[in-house]
This record gives sequence, structure tokens and C-alpha cells, in this order.
Amino acid sequence: MPNSHTPTDSPSTRPAAQPRDGLRSGEERVVLDDTAIRRALIRIAHEVLERNEGQNRLYLVAIPNGGVPLARQLAENLRGISGLELPVGILDTTLYRDDLTLRGERPPLRRTEMPSAVDGRIVILVDDVANTGRTIRAAMDALMDFGRPSGVQVVALVDRGHRELPIRIDYVGKNIPTHARELVILRGHEGSLEPPLEVVVVPKGGDA
Amino acid sequence: MIGRDLLGIEDLDRADLERILETAERMQEVGTREVKKVPTLRGRTIVNLFFEPSTRTRTSFEIAGKRLSADVVNFSPTSSSLTKDESILDTARTLDAMAPDAVVVRHKVAGVPKRIADALAAPVINAGDGAHEHPTQALLDLLTVYQEKGRIDGLSVTIVGDVLHSRVARSNIYGFLKLGAEVRIAAPPTLIPPAIETLGVKAFTSLREAIDGADVVMALRIQRERLDGAYVPSIREYSATFGLDRTKLRFAKDDAIVMHPGPVNRGVELSHDLADHRPSVILDQVRNGVALRMAVLYLFAGRPLAPAREG
Repeated sequence: MPNSHTPTDSPSTRPAAQPRDGLRSGEERVVLDDTAIRRALIRIAHEVLERNEGQNRLYLVAIPNGGVPLARQLAENLRGISGLELPVGILDTTLYRDDLTLRGERPPLRRTEMPSAVDGRIVILVDDVANTGRTIRAAMDALMDFGRPSGVQVVALVDRGHRELPIRIDYVGKNIPTHARELVILRGHEGSLEPPLEVVVVPKGGDA
Repeated sequence: MIGRDLLGIEDLDRADLERILETAERMQEVGTREVKKVPTLRGRTIVNLFFEPSTRTRTSFEIAGKRLSADVVNFSPTSSSLTKDESILDTARTLDAMAPDAVVVRHKVAGVPKRIADALAAPVINAGDGAHEHPTQALLDLLTVYQEKGRIDGLSVTIVGDVLHSRVARSNIYGFLKLGAEVRIAAPPTLIPPAIETLGVKAFTSLREAIDGADVVMALRIQRERLDGAYVPSIREYSATFGLDRTKLRFAKDDAIVMHPGPVNRGVELSHDLADHRPSVILDQVRNGVALRMAVLYLFAGRPLAPAREG
């Protein structure tokens, strides 16, 4: 993360305009800074409570890696607002991807940790960036292997909207129209996923 | 860079080994689920081509394949019908024509998996060839040690027993050295391969010197037919000199672990007590074998490949 960044930077100022054919190599644009991310997660926490009123069997399940810090923050917000102590799980979707047979190199696996049973709970999947819907599809298949949730809802900090499957995101931090040749990345301090977080748009193949 | 086949640890570099071990650690989680199955290799076929009987390794590969949803077919030609090299390759080519996504090969002759790999389009995974290599055994041993000790770098590992005839020893020597451990071997002089020290290990004929300060002591299985006659005077003498028990283990570090690739000749390589209890980790090795082979199948089987090479 660039050291020049401060939380008071207004998002989308770097660079000002998005070229028609997407960003050129080396360019990047911050679309959500740490403050904006925190604000979005507070709003989403309220929305989750409003939509699931009287429901205390909620289960936050993060899709790694980006979903993990977001789900933790969301759990903290929900605790602060309503006193609810929710379990937070981590569910890797790699073994459920639909493109594994197309790729010569196998993608690295990420951690899965499901501390509570999903049966009878409303599972709220938390991802950083939603786009085609394929990751959410894979996550739902993975989830069903752990049991029978009474419902599944989806949080995405950013929705790019290029949906290829009939998947709906229930809670969106920010809708961000992007070019297909761009990547949207959540990143934290010095390559970690520790705060301060920011969401950047970078050209595909550029260094993130 | 992971290639098409897994023929030996000798061919892998440190990054490959680390990648396989990390993948295996993730695969362990699948084994803890109530439904121990993921759809990753659905519609893929894995052939276990075992020319030499091995219930344990074959079963481990079979469970690993099934947990990834692959169809696993066991093919065990009797050795009597397959003595000539030509018929081995014929068998392999026949299988290849059925388009498997990976072929797991075990054979009593070193180099057969490589010959088969050269003739086939499918990736070949070596499940043990003669006294050459047994890469998945070494990888599961590395995983077990890594999880017990939290590292491999800088550990002192002693391999005890019939190193001369052992593919397990050879693969483990490559693996532990590549990941930064120090490796010593201990055996009667007749069972120490000539020039073994050129690999970077230190050879001892005294068990006590070899395990002094060791973090890991790995006993090798000794074939009964080698115990009386040419290599070792008698079982009793071998077990008195090189058989591990708690008394001899005192020379190793206090928290040293004891390993064995199985099946254990109880009272020969390990005392009865050590075979069943800590600090031996034999059942952890077996358990880790399934996750490790899932990782190997995930990384090697069912990927899009370049067109078949010339046989």
C-alpha cells in the first residue's frame, strides 16, 4: 500500500479519469479507502440486523483471503450494535471452482475453518469483490457439504456487476463499474490484510 | 516448477516441496469433515497400476482419489504374466488408451515408472520403484515432521536400517536435505550404500553416534530375507544393535520423534512399546498420507497437458 495514502483522501481521485479502455499498465485507482470501508461495514451490519430481526442464529462465513478481515470487522460491528456474538468461519472455494480443468497450473488452496455447524443457521457469506458470481456459486456448493443452512445471504464490499450466473448480492458496500480488463483488489498494510485497508482498481496483468 | 510427472524427490526443488506440503495441509481439513469429499476431480479417472503388491500405499491413493471425487481403478497385473519389459509397456499403453487422468505406478524394478511415463500421455506418479524412490512416502514424512516440529530447516534427522535397499530412505534423504535438515544414517556396514555420503549425509555404523542429539529418528523396515545370511548375522543381533527402544532413544533429543514407514516388524526395528506409543508418530504418518496424496493428485492429475510425447 502506498505510504502517501491517508484516510482523508477522497476515493477515486487517483487518477481522476478512467480511460475508455481501462487503466493503462502501472496505473491504479483507489475506489474505497479505510474510512469508506469501515463506514460501509457499519451500514451493512445495520442492514443485516434489520433484515434478520429476531434471528440470532446467524453465522458469518468469510471467503478467503479478502473476506476474512471484512467478516471479522462485521462481527465486531454486530457485537457493538446489538451484543450478538456470532461465529466467524472461513471457507475456501478453490476445490469447488468450475475452471480447474481449464488451467494448467493449479491455484493454491486457502485455509478453511468452520468452527460451528451450519445446520439451521442463516449463513452470511462475506467476500471482498463480487463479479461473475462464480465464486459465490462455489461457496454455496462448499457450504452445502457442511450441512443444511436455513438460509444463505451474501455480503460483498464491492460489486463489479459482470454477473454470469443468477446470483444476487444481498449487501453491497459499493457498486463499482469496471472494465473487464481491470482487477479490483482489497489490500492492507504492506501486502497484508491488516488495516488500513483499501480497494484499488488495477489493470489486469499489472502488479497489484 | 512442478512438471507433468512425480517420479522422485530428486527432481523437485525446495519451492515445489513447500507447495506440495502447503497443499497437503489444506487437504487435511477435508479429512476432518463429516462428508469427506470435494468435487475437484469429478469425472477424472485415476489408475493405480501396482505391479508389486502394496495394500497400504494403494489404499491410501485410492482414498485420496475418492475424496477428490475421482474414479479410481485398481489394476494389479500378476508378476508372473509380466516379467518382460515389453509386456509392462504394453499394459501401460493399453491403460493409456482408456485415457486416464493419472497413473500411479509401483514396480519392484527401479526406473519402471520413468519408462512408463515416457510412453504415456497421462501423468505418472511413482508409488515406489525398486530401491530408487518413493516420493509420496517422503512427502508425508516431511509433512509429519513439519507439523510435529514446526520446521524442517536446521533439524537433525537420523535414518536407521537397511538404507541400501530402501527407496524410502533415498527419497527422504533428498527431501530433508532440500528443506535444510541435517541427515545422518545408521546401519551395519553391509547395508550402507557405497558413496552415500556424496548425497550430503553422514553415515555411521554406531547407532548411538548417529542419533546423538537427533530431533527425528526414522527406522526403516528390514526385509526378513536380509536378516539371516549375507547382510546381517541374525535378527537378534540386528535388533540388539539397531533396533530402537526407549533406552537407546535417550541419546536423541528429549523431544525426539520416532518414525517408521510401516509395516513394523515389532521387536526388530522398534520395540513393541515404541511401535504403539509416543514418541512414535506412525499413525500420524498414515493419516497424513491420505491428505498428502490428495495434494499430489490435485497438483498433478487432470490438468490440461501438452499433446502426448512420443513413446
